[in-house]
Amino acid sequence: MATANALYTRRRRRNGIVLALSFSATAIGLGWLAIILGALVWEAFQGLSLKVFTEMTPPPGAEGGLLNPIVGSLIMTTLGVAIGTPIGILAGTYMAEYGRYSHITKVVRFINDILLSAPSIIIGLFIYEVVVAPMGHFSGFAGSLALAVLVIPVVVRTTEDMLLLVPTELREASTALGTPRAKMIWNVCYRAARAGMITGVLLAVARVSGETAPLLFTALNNQFFSADLNAPMASLPAVIFQFALSPYQDWQKLAWVGALIITFAVLALSVIARALTASRAQS
Amino acid sequence: MEPARGKAMVDVALTDTNIEQPAWLSRTKALARLRISDSLFFQITRAAAVAVLGLLGSIIISLVIGASPALKEFGFGFLVSERWNPVTENFGALAPIYGTLVTSIIAMLIAVPLGLLITLFLTELCPLWLRRPIGIAIELLAGIPSIIYGIWGLFMLAPFLQRTLQPFLIDLFGNVPVLSTLFAGPPYGIGILTAGLILAIMVLPFITSISRDVFEAVPPVLKEAAYGLGFTTWEVVRYVVLPYARVGVIGGVMLGLGRALGETMAVTFVIGNAHKVSPSLLAPGTTISASIANEFTEAVGDLYTSALIALGLLLFVITFVVLSAARYMLMRIERRIG
Repeated sequence: MATANALYTRRRRRNGIVLALSFSATAIGLGWLAIILGALVWEAFQGLSLKVFTEMTPPPGAEGGLLNPIVGSLIMTTLGVAIGTPIGILAGTYMAEYGRYSHITKVVRFINDILLSAPSIIIGLFIYEVVVAPMGHFSGFAGSLALAVLVIPVVVRTTEDMLLLVPTELREASTALGTPRAKMIWNVCYRAARAGMITGVLLAVARVSGETAPLLFTALNNQFFSADLNAPMASLPAVIFQFALSPYQDWQKLAWVGALIITFAVLALSVIARALTASRAQS
Repeated sequence: MEPARGKAMVDVALTDTNIEQPAWLSRTKALARLRISDSLFFQITRAAAVAVLGLLGSIIISLVIGASPALKEFGFGFLVSERWNPVTENFGALAPIYGTLVTSIIAMLIAVPLGLLITLFLTELCPLWLRRPIGIAIELLAGIPSIIYGIWGLFMLAPFLQRTLQPFLIDLFGNVPVLSTLFAGPPYGIGILTAGLILAIMVLPFITSISRDVFEAVPPVLKEAAYGLGFTTWEVVRYVVLPYARVGVIGGVMLGLGRALGETMAVTFVIGNAHKVSPSLLAPGTTISASIANEFTEAVGDLYTSALIALGLLLFVITFVVLSAARYMLMRIERRIG
């Protein structure tokens, strides 16, 4: 009886220890998020002003803003998403609608998953090799292409997943009405999967707008305002990288402000994307 | 659907009838048009799917071409040599490989237990109404761009570690034979240990979200039976959930490892960019991705550029193997769940 009790106490104690550890692990995870966001807001609010959105990046020791990198980021992200999204949606359509059971689909799905988690700096090297080196100079266009390569796997994945969720009955019904397959995909499947597909695009935007590594040697950076796609273009992440590692106080302050802008843009996008899928799941 | 916008096929066939043409002729024409557009759409989507394959192929080919001058020059020695001298154009990849592996190992040593404990909390302990918010909060950690981790690590974490953890470790292990070399040298703040810590936070959400999925896929009957036999929560997780979910958890860990190996910006900020292999975890080092990010735009000379691309190729091969293994394992568990 005594040994049974001792065993029971030991099991209870071990259980208690693990549960306490699991509780504190969660606290650490959440605390870390709070610390990072808190530090970001704290540091950035000291430098936040209207000038950030109206003035160019300054030379060291002067005041200025982040207008050119913000515009550059917007241009390159928009263009990257505009190039990558159609390719991604079309490829996802093939995988879910035409070749659902074909071998190509299996291979593409596997490769796509690899591309999804491949190091983004590799994409930068790739675009450097095939675009920047032949052209002979860095350009905003090369940066957009690098971002497009990152957009494609995200969109392929969500498009396929969402189209697979569309009930087969809908397809059967429209086929029975004599609708051609392409028309059915456009008017029935895309419409049924729209919310999910938009979520995918939003996630892709969120993913690429914070990317730095693929821009470093494709779009490079630009101290001045430029909307010329054929010239080096500034982007928020690249400017943060440059300014944060500089020894100048003003630059470091601007880097924090830029970091805040990016983080909130990205987090807002992912929250919107989540809300879209959540409302869809409920309805 | 909407009758106003989308014309049904029958409408096209009937309303487009010309007086000169008999109805059957225009009908055949309309059908032919639809057939063409149908097969065109099919061809376009297939081309896009093949393009995704082509993308990976061309990435590999372009990296191999870019890396070939350096690989030809240094041969196998590239992998095992520590020298990295842009002036004499003498390059070896040992230091970046070492840094990449060591930082990733540190990250996994911290993130795997932490992630599994959080998963345990989320699946077994947490009240239902709190699961979603806490799960989302942990996943937000994955949404924060890596450059934010970098800037935070450089200005906040590194000085903090320099003042607290690192002197403590140096004092603690100063007289222990093996550990004293592991924690030797002055506390720089930045260095391999700091980079590993930041990587740990970054891969934590990946491990948590995947192991959560596989934990939740364990049939409740199994868990209920174990609880019914008088298992404690820990025993249920240890002897029922973990064995059942093992393959999936390993897949999730490998996926996290793939991320850690290739992570660039966060590491670049805090690693110190020193091309040397030092046994101390507190010393500055470099990783493959950090070397590329730091030096690529400054690289003059074809051999220097090529050596950096060869580093990229190496990184791609390593992550490809790790990620393939991860996907293979996750596919296996998906098949089992059905």
